[in-house]
Amino acid sequence: MSEDDITLTLTLDGDQIEVAKGATLLDAAHLAGVDIPVICYHEATSPNGLCRICVVDVDGGRVLQPACVAECQADSKVETRNERVERSRRTILEMLNASVNLDEAPEIQAMMTDYDADDARFPDANLREHTVIDDNPFYVRDYEQCVLCWRCVQVCAEDAQFTFALTLKNRGHDTSVATAFDISMTESPCVFCGQCVGVCPTGALKPKLEWGLEQGWSAAELRQNTRRGRKRSPEDDDGE
Amino acid sequence: MTFHSRIDTLLSIYEGRGREALLPILWEVQGAYGHISPEHVRQISHLLRVPEADIFGVIGFYTLFHGEPTGRRIIRVCTDPICALAGADDVLHRLCEALGVHEGETTADGDYTVEHSPCLGLCDYAPAALVSARGEADVALPHVSADSLLSDWDGQYFTPAGNDRSVLLKPMLRAAPETLAQYGNYAALRRAVTEMSPDDVITQVEASGLIGRGGAAFPTGLKWKFTRGAAGEIKYVVCNADESEPGTFKDRVLMEHRPHLLLEGIALAAYAIGTDKAYIFIRGEYPKATAILADAIREAETACALGERVFDSDFSLDIELRRGAGAYICGEETALFEAIEGKRGFPRMKPPYPTTFGLFGKPTAVNNVETLCAVPGIIAKGADYFKAIGSNGSAGPKLVSVSGHVRRPGVYEIEPGITLRHFLEAICGGLIGDLQTVLMGGAAGTFIKPEDIDVKLTFEDLREAGSTFGSGAIMVFNHSVDLRDVLKRLGRFFQHESCGKCFPCQLGTQRQVEILERLDAPRAGDSERLLDIGLTMTEASICGLGHTAGIAVMSAIEQFPELFEKEL
Repeated sequence: MSEDDITLTLTLDGDQIEVAKGATLLDAAHLAGVDIPVICYHEATSPNGLCRICVVDVDGGRVLQPACVAECQADSKVETRNERVERSRRTILEMLNASVNLDEAPEIQAMMTDYDADDARFPDANLREHTVIDDNPFYVRDYEQCVLCWRCVQVCAEDAQFTFALTLKNRGHDTSVATAFDISMTESPCVFCGQCVGVCPTGALKPKLEWGLEQGWSAAELRQNTRRGRKRSPEDDDGE
Repeated sequence: MTFHSRIDTLLSIYEGRGREALLPILWEVQGAYGHISPEHVRQISHLLRVPEADIFGVIGFYTLFHGEPTGRRIIRVCTDPICALAGADDVLHRLCEALGVHEGETTADGDYTVEHSPCLGLCDYAPAALVSARGEADVALPHVSADSLLSDWDGQYFTPAGNDRSVLLKPMLRAAPETLAQYGNYAALRRAVTEMSPDDVITQVEASGLIGRGGAAFPTGLKWKFTRGAAGEIKYVVCNADESEPGTFKDRVLMEHRPHLLLEGIALAAYAIGTDKAYIFIRGEYPKATAILADAIREAETACALGERVFDSDFSLDIELRRGAGAYICGEETALFEAIEGKRGFPRMKPPYPTTFGLFGKPTAVNNVETLCAVPGIIAKGADYFKAIGSNGSAGPKLVSVSGHVRRPGVYEIEPGITLRHFLEAICGGLIGDLQTVLMGGAAGTFIKPEDIDVKLTFEDLREAGSTFGSGAIMVFNHSVDLRDVLKRLGRFFQHESCGKCFPCQLGTQRQVEILERLDAPRAGDSERLLDIGLTMTEASICGLGHTAGIAVMSAIEQFPELFEKEL
């Protein structure tokens, strides 16, 4: 019997289930058909357990466990949704909503409904203010919509592209995703692979065409600013 | 010298090194140029093979590094609760006025940058400041005023500590640190490497009942046993000297007074777990202790007590001193590893624990300064000697830092089991004014009311009372103190020091301070908001900072509910 074949048993929301050794609590929940919300977790990026929206109660422990990274323990008793779990999830959502423009994050909005989160729970809170950065023909960055899931930074680095155009700037609540010294994307090592846009869970990173359409740009403006519809010719390759 | 030849020479020292050399290099450049420019970053990136964006991210994480030009002198005035009681806000205000700048700005002539700072660990000399002058060693200044900060800098201070009966501390008569000759040539280490096996050392430490003094109270012997038993050839000892909890300065005093006691403790730990490499990670705000330790390491190496083949045995030890750069979070052990590795100081997820996956992914024993300082005595005099001091659950002497409204603030060595009342009234000279409350354990601690100060100072009694030794900080407030102001400052501290990695703490410390800032005119429901924030940070954050960032506020809600209600 190889190590991969070893299984263990745990109780998840009252049901006994058997999982492979090394399975995460999120894996176990999927297996049991139980839904656990996630924000930062993405199957294509290394899990960092940042958003903590997936926390669950394991054996009534002192602290809750992030289901995306915590491994199943044999004979443990897991509650994926009790009062403690709900308080944490609801409070995280309410606090997040007070800092970030979630207008274009329908999944998070659905979570807010599900957890009865009050979208005015924290009056007079500081929204993280950013102006839209439009510095390249491929995508725009609106960090007012950024939840700091780190996915873009990760795919730009060791999770996919090894380009290292992005980093995190400042710390704590003042953190934002940035290039070195805030240089424009065209000055940065960015190769415009588009993977960051692909993994962004909100409207923070958006293809330029989509953004232009939202801005009500004309076809000519779209052509001018996004290179769409332009004939490929040597002079086009010279840039604008 | 031209810009390029100077920086080239500076960087050439680090030729062949990797990312782990990033913080030391950033310190060199920061010290020489006052900031780290895009051109510097390009050169460092090339030298260490670290992406420019990553280096930029690291600079922005540590508050003592600057990516923008600064004044030739950067003055940072501590505005945390104890310095605030001593008039720090006024000092900062007058300083800004005298220089014609706002806080955070640089004078037009480029001479000064003025900032506020989190606790500098000079609470017995409040108000305190840290000054960085271009090209000179940083200096921490006691009892500052706006005038003194702009004229002569007298960095001389000396925290008296210890008496004839104390074990860790010694009655020091002068500000000079204990020399190797005064300390004695590492007799416990000599005995260990010549007569004892590493397992014998661990057995002694285990039998002594020593538990960690950094705040988490983990049994030291067990930690060493796990590290020694972990698979792998390469292991490390890391001394956590990133003492940054507001109101805490016991480790500073130990390092400034008795550097060799700490170095011998580190050497014993290294021998016990089986390594020839140890790091001391000391907070950037402790320039004096850093210089003293650097000298002491050289002195001990010359005497063959450290370095190659210690006392002609097969045991060798290199101790490397690493300077932090302004980030409370790096006192969290895994964030500290990240800092040594040249990264932003983000705490890692646990498990895996440091004893199997620590610094550079290798098994690591990470211990607090005071913990390591207890070890030479245990090896020299035996576990029973240590165990005889204190209570069953709190073996050995314990250091506490007391500040605020007592006659003699400072660092004291106590025998666990005495009451807080006895400590306050008899040991540190008595209270000034009528006691309002004691904040026990630091910014992440709990408030104790006057009627509860008969609690015994032991790990177990404090735990039972819902409190904690924490970092060993005891902040004393009489009735002249506006506790709302104290809470605001604690809130600002955590907001400033949250690393921003996990949502509960990144958002919770921000929401918490927003509510605390309006305590003078609270909104209906603010205590419920604070409790939800506090409990969510406690239960859902990644690390100990988040777990404790709401503790003092929740304790205040319980002890002083009236503070959170609208005044009629």
